[in-house]
Amino acid sequence: MKTLTQLHEQKSLIHAQKIAANWKYFSDPMLLLILACYFIPMFLGDGGINNFAYCLLWTFGAIGLSAMWGYGGILSFGQTAFFGLAGYCYGVFTINFGGSPVSTWSGVLCALVMCMAFACLLGYMIFYGGVKDVFIGIITLSVTLVFETFMAQTAGPQWAIGAARLNGFNGMSAMPSLSLPAIGAENLLIEGTNFLYLVLTLLVIVYLGTKKLLNSSFGLTLEAIRENPHRAEMLGIDIRRYQLLIFIFGSTLGGLSGILYTVWGSYITPSSMGLTASAMPIIWVATGGRRSLAGAIIATVALLDLSQELVVYGSQYALVLMGFILLFVVMVAPAGLLPTIKQKLFGS
Amino acid sequence: MGCFNLILLESSGMTIVTTVYSFLYQFGDSFAYLALSALGLAVIFGMMGVINLAHGEFAMCGAYVTILTAKAGLPLPLAMMTGSLAAAGAGAILEFLIVRHLYNRLFDSIVATWAVSLITQQTMLIFAGPSIEGLSTPFHSFELGIYSFSTYRALLPFFAIAVLAALYLLFFRTNYGIYARATIQNAQMAKCLGLRTSRIYSFTFALGAGLAGLAGALYAPTITAVPTMGSSFIVPAFVTVVTGGANVLLGVLPAAGILGLIQSSLTAVLGQLAGQIGLLLTVILMIRLLPMGVGNLFNRR
Repeated sequence: MKTLTQLHEQKSLIHAQKIAANWKYFSDPMLLLILACYFIPMFLGDGGINNFAYCLLWTFGAIGLSAMWGYGGILSFGQTAFFGLAGYCYGVFTINFGGSPVSTWSGVLCALVMCMAFACLLGYMIFYGGVKDVFIGIITLSVTLVFETFMAQTAGPQWAIGAARLNGFNGMSAMPSLSLPAIGAENLLIEGTNFLYLVLTLLVIVYLGTKKLLNSSFGLTLEAIRENPHRAEMLGIDIRRYQLLIFIFGSTLGGLSGILYTVWGSYITPSSMGLTASAMPIIWVATGGRRSLAGAIIATVALLDLSQELVVYGSQYALVLMGFILLFVVMVAPAGLLPTIKQKLFGS
Repeated sequence: MGCFNLILLESSGMTIVTTVYSFLYQFGDSFAYLALSALGLAVIFGMMGVINLAHGEFAMCGAYVTILTAKAGLPLPLAMMTGSLAAAGAGAILEFLIVRHLYNRLFDSIVATWAVSLITQQTMLIFAGPSIEGLSTPFHSFELGIYSFSTYRALLPFFAIAVLAALYLLFFRTNYGIYARATIQNAQMAKCLGLRTSRIYSFTFALGAGLAGLAGALYAPTITAVPTMGSSFIVPAFVTVVTGGANVLLGVLPAAGILGLIQSSLTAVLGQLAGQIGLLLTVILMIRLLPMGVGNLFNRR
């Protein structure tokens, strides 16, 4: 029989474990790295800050792809399709409704909802239609190419939604930036350093959220499906539902990248959905490690930054290097660079 | 055909014949393009289960070698053969260096061949420049009513059918064909019976690459060769292979026929863009409705 003190001890022990479990999230090295990035504006000029924000805003799509591909076993070439869809949605919405805080944030929301709805539709067709393995890749690639081909020919004045001309191959431009209402003053525009802070904050939320999701029973079920779909089905899991949900989750993150990109550069073009563009998220995620969110984030920022440096000499050189990096990773370190380095340094 | 025209020339049915023939010509054109570009991909996918995303680059290799050797003075048919052989050689090298190590890793082989495609394309852009001067289309054009048609392009559908027939003979009437089909059916068993399956895989990959090169070589006189031309081959190739299913010979012919019909009708009614988008939408619907492809409809026993 337990005495009262023993019971108290046990209670405080459980309490301590809970705190430790919560604390584990904050002692995650990747989270600390992201938090450290809040201090980066002290060391960079305006151009550097802009560039860093550009590299960071792609990480959402990479996180989404890593969740889909690494954890769910779904290789989607569609991240850029959702990227473009969300970008165009934000553009059409804000050009029609103006640059007030309410309008721009509703634009963000509207674009995300559009992405989710489209991912729902496409995912329903794919997973409930029994499409498997590489054929998922082919369908998503076809969808991406349909988007690009269609948007590239919308040059004429008849292609307009409200006040927003789609402008064909040249793409849409001049969307307003995001802003926040300020009391007794002009609206606070989210640009430069503020935009970087916004992206970093979103990244913290998305990173922790995705990590929690993938470590939950949902994530474990997903991994069980990836390892052996038939076994999972035998255990009574509706694999279609799980795959559909992770597809919607990952694709919407791709859309979030698209919105941020459109806000960042205030333009979006069809070529951001082309054959070469849709390879990029796959290159980053494969390089970083498809089953490592931290790897995907670091590889995305590092490879994008590297491409930006090389673009001075011509975009071909950057792409050739990306190709070689990808080939090297696939042949030598199929699990991705970060997991491989981790294993070399710390054992399994 | 000519005789048929002469009779109708006197009646006022001439315009109808011209319209019908021009539609047939369009259909044949897109049929030939779909079938020829798909064959190489179909052989590699059907026989080995590898999705080769560098397929378009083999076609580019075939086209470039054809143009260069033809300009150096080689007769066109020989130049085309050199082009497809060069692509086959490149395929053998790629198989030896990369694809061989990835046979059991489907996703990795897709990603790796994509990397190869990216490297080849961009390296060509750096060294060969954005485009090279093409060849003039052989043969002349013939006229029918108010339209004029290119004889060469009118002959291509027949050539596509000839290549398909040759492949049929290769896979069903030769020793290699028997070995290859045995290897697909059960690689372990084929190995036990003394077949060198790795050699068969190498040869099959080279054959697929050579067929892609042949497609590039055949279209070399009709297009402007650019380093990024691969993507104009790989998209129709994928569409056809997916529609046809993994069954190489039984799939490609009906798939190219159906898709050619869809594309040429859409192009005739709504324009070229609708034709292209129609193709891509067809493949999405096709995977949804007939995941095994149309080839499978002919294969039910």
